[in-house]
Amino acid sequence: MTEHLNLLPLLPELTLAVGAMALLMVGIGGRDEERGELVLWLSVAVLVLAGLFVAMGEGSVTLFGGSFIVDPFARMLKLLALTGAAVALIMSRDFWRNAGGIQFEYPVLLLLATTGMLMMISANDLIALYVGLELQSLALYVVAAFKRDSSRSAEAGMKYFVLGALSSGMLLYGASLVYGFTGSTEFSQIANAAQPSGANLGLIFGLVFLLTGFAFKISAVPFHMWTPDVYEGAPSPVTAFFAAAPKIAAMALFVRVVISAFPAITGQWQQIVIFLALASMALGAFAAIGQRNIKRLMAYSSIGHMGFALVGLAAGTEQGVQGVIIYLAIYLVMTLGTFAVILSLRRDGEMVEEIDQLAGLSRTSPLMALALAVLLFSLAGIPPLAGFFAKFYVFLAAVEAGLYALAIIGVLLSVVGAYYYLRIVKLMYFDEPVKGFEPMPRPLAVVLGAAGLLIMFFFVYPSPLVAAAGTAAKSLF
Amino acid sequence: MSYGWPILSTVTFLPLVGALLIFALRGDDDSTARNARYIALWTTLITFAISLLLWIDFDPGSAKFQFVEERAWLGPIRFHMGVDGISMPFVILTTLLMPLTVLSTYGAIKTRVREFMIAFLILETLMLGVFCSLDLVMFYLFFEGGLIPMFLIIGIWGGSNRVYASFKFFLYTLAGSLLMLIAILAMYWQAGTTNIPELLAHDFPPHMQTWLWLAFFASFAVKLPMWPVHTWLPDAHVQAPTAGSVVLAGILLKLGGYGFLRFSIPMFPLASADFAPLIYALSVIAVIYTSLVALAQEDMKKLIAYSSIAHMGFVTIGIFTLTMQGLQGGIFLMLSHGLVSAGLFLCVGVVYDRMHTHEISVFGGLVNRMPLYAVVFMIFTMANVGLPGTSGFVGEFLSLMGVFQVNTWVATLAATGVILSACYALWLYRRVIFGEITNPALKLIKDLSWREVAVMVPLILLTIYFGFHPNPVLDVTATSVEALMADFKANLAAAEQARLALVP
Repeated sequence: MTEHLNLLPLLPELTLAVGAMALLMVGIGGRDEERGELVLWLSVAVLVLAGLFVAMGEGSVTLFGGSFIVDPFARMLKLLALTGAAVALIMSRDFWRNAGGIQFEYPVLLLLATTGMLMMISANDLIALYVGLELQSLALYVVAAFKRDSSRSAEAGMKYFVLGALSSGMLLYGASLVYGFTGSTEFSQIANAAQPSGANLGLIFGLVFLLTGFAFKISAVPFHMWTPDVYEGAPSPVTAFFAAAPKIAAMALFVRVVISAFPAITGQWQQIVIFLALASMALGAFAAIGQRNIKRLMAYSSIGHMGFALVGLAAGTEQGVQGVIIYLAIYLVMTLGTFAVILSLRRDGEMVEEIDQLAGLSRTSPLMALALAVLLFSLAGIPPLAGFFAKFYVFLAAVEAGLYALAIIGVLLSVVGAYYYLRIVKLMYFDEPVKGFEPMPRPLAVVLGAAGLLIMFFFVYPSPLVAAAGTAAKSLF
Repeated sequence: MSYGWPILSTVTFLPLVGALLIFALRGDDDSTARNARYIALWTTLITFAISLLLWIDFDPGSAKFQFVEERAWLGPIRFHMGVDGISMPFVILTTLLMPLTVLSTYGAIKTRVREFMIAFLILETLMLGVFCSLDLVMFYLFFEGGLIPMFLIIGIWGGSNRVYASFKFFLYTLAGSLLMLIAILAMYWQAGTTNIPELLAHDFPPHMQTWLWLAFFASFAVKLPMWPVHTWLPDAHVQAPTAGSVVLAGILLKLGGYGFLRFSIPMFPLASADFAPLIYALSVIAVIYTSLVALAQEDMKKLIAYSSIAHMGFVTIGIFTLTMQGLQGGIFLMLSHGLVSAGLFLCVGVVYDRMHTHEISVFGGLVNRMPLYAVVFMIFTMANVGLPGTSGFVGEFLSLMGVFQVNTWVATLAATGVILSACYALWLYRRVIFGEITNPALKLIKDLSWREVAVMVPLILLTIYFGFHPNPVLDVTATSVEALMADFKANLAAAEQARLALVP
């Protein structure tokens, strides 16, 4: 018996997969400077096309016997992931040019990783989840080590691979336990079987291992150890990519699994998420203070931000998921903008990564300093910038769910976090300038300008994002 | 009454337009600096002129919010503005102080003038927004948004230890406000709205009021500041440029007092009644302790900063007496202190511009070279002491009268603060103005310029005018304060009824 298979909802993933293979063919046609750049821009076009297909979808559809789902939640997060991937790709152009030419494998690998992310976001089954996750991860291990002649980059790739493989193993172990105790890999079936009554110790063990795997992928404490080293070692455009798109996909996965597969045992995973949130916020805030390297600083910053996003998930409500989505969207813009600055810190042909070198930036490049200051204040969550609204919605959910202690500790930790963001503002604005930087390449300037304006003027018309996140969150409940 | 255009939004956001104009300026440094100053001055002057329409058309007979504007913004959180008798005078105070402060920076701010004026105008919008907001989340946005420009003003144009002072200011205030944010979220889930008029009518359960009150207290006590969370203020004042100190003392401190009046008392009346003794205790300590600390200061700005803390102690005592006189006195004292402390900091700024220090020991005998300056400084010193005939007297007298009805001990202790304030203020005056000039650097110091006179004269006139004739202000605030008190008493009575009903 064959049922009619409608592949239309799968169009974005198909576009990416086919596009990646086609571009591989374009790439091997010859190894010259223009070809690498051509593949890069074509990859951006493929990502945009996939984004258009995502945006055209409507309603909730499941495919392949319920293992693949396309709903408003998936669409919203896919759009965010695709945006993150496309912008990170555009931002990488000048870096690779300066590093001796764009190699066409880089954009193709990013396309494959993005395909994996889209599948993760749409996964409605443990097997589909694992396949998407591995497709993403394998591509990412390679790009982390993409600068083969740099030992730091190779080390980052190795570290990421070993720890990533370990986390995948745990996740698989968790998945097998869940399957064993519920008899299904599909989320809705698991949800039916996972009831609070009865002996379900094995199931909870499985859940714990699953969450461990996710925590690795979103770099939540205590599974964050790889993040600072990989962020620092990987080539900067790769770090920009790591900080943006994969975080969104992994968080989407996390949210979907706990909300749609374990709704009846919310109390069981809620305590784990609360712990992850608290530990991540605390470590992100305190460990970042001592950092001298801006990429390491951003690593700790992203750990902290994932903690804040988890505050929304800890609520376990529709409001909470809405908060997580808003948080991710705003975090994405802030991160991409900040990395646009990091990627343009080039002096005498060398990339600069020391934070102290930003001293007096407001004199040497006033507009860049202004945009970065806006982003940093926003990362610290100061109103009326967008970062405040991100925190506002997650804490709104936490307070609704009665998690007062979590909310109060969270806001106090954000004061600690504000300190290290302010330290950079202080360097740029209060200190005397050291030498200026080379002028910003145009793609980076455009990204930074757009991010700065979006963050600064978000408060003028915030309702579209909030409403879209609300619709997306609703589809999970 | 209605102009067909949103007057409050105009007043609030006009400075932002000026800031954008300055941002768009191009050209060499001298001409941008000159143009930035002109644009900032004219923007603040026009804002002040428009805000006077508020004063003229305000109906003092009504306790309702007036000039109300409302439109959709963020779902249940709406863009909602309006003023009543309590907030309107603060709006005028802000718009009045701003052009004077801008004028005073002509001699003081020489570097990065364009950026300074942008930060300053943004700060004005944010401060006005705090007083005009009728939505709790909007209020919070403005309240905390003010940290960014002030942080930059202290940090970029401040003194030698500016980094420490700016961080301390920022982090202290942020920590306080974020607790208020959690309280705001809890209020939203309890009452289902962030609309301030609706929240004013909402009765929060008593056990919740305690926590909410404490959270708001954390924020306002830091902002005001109250002892023992006042330590950021002296540092911020000493390091900030003159204009920053004027705005900080003149307006930003009042946000805390305004917050008590707008939120703590009417929304959490039971908790306010319960915590009034705590406020009294902290305020009395502030009045006496910081006055004594002021006596020991070697820096003019630090001395005035401690004197500000002491005066804010009077404000909180007055407000939490919840008597007509106390509340009116507290509000009046805040407005008066806005004028007087602004004047004092501007006086310090005058000599700082000439000598680049505010160490008291550097000065002495200024009266010989600067007679005009000596007169101006004298008037503000007397107003700070609370001499009858100045606005300072009216506020302190009303506050003490209010507290005397409630608690004579607090009144007695607070009154010693008046004596102490005379000690440190007069001693400061003697050390700076009188005597012979001993420091050779002062031999050629010049008296006030026309520009400086133009800055001081409006403040002096208002200080003396309100000293003799406080009614214009008291009439405007009276109806709103009466409504506030009536509401408070009704709430207490209802709670008492409920408590009695539980007694078997």
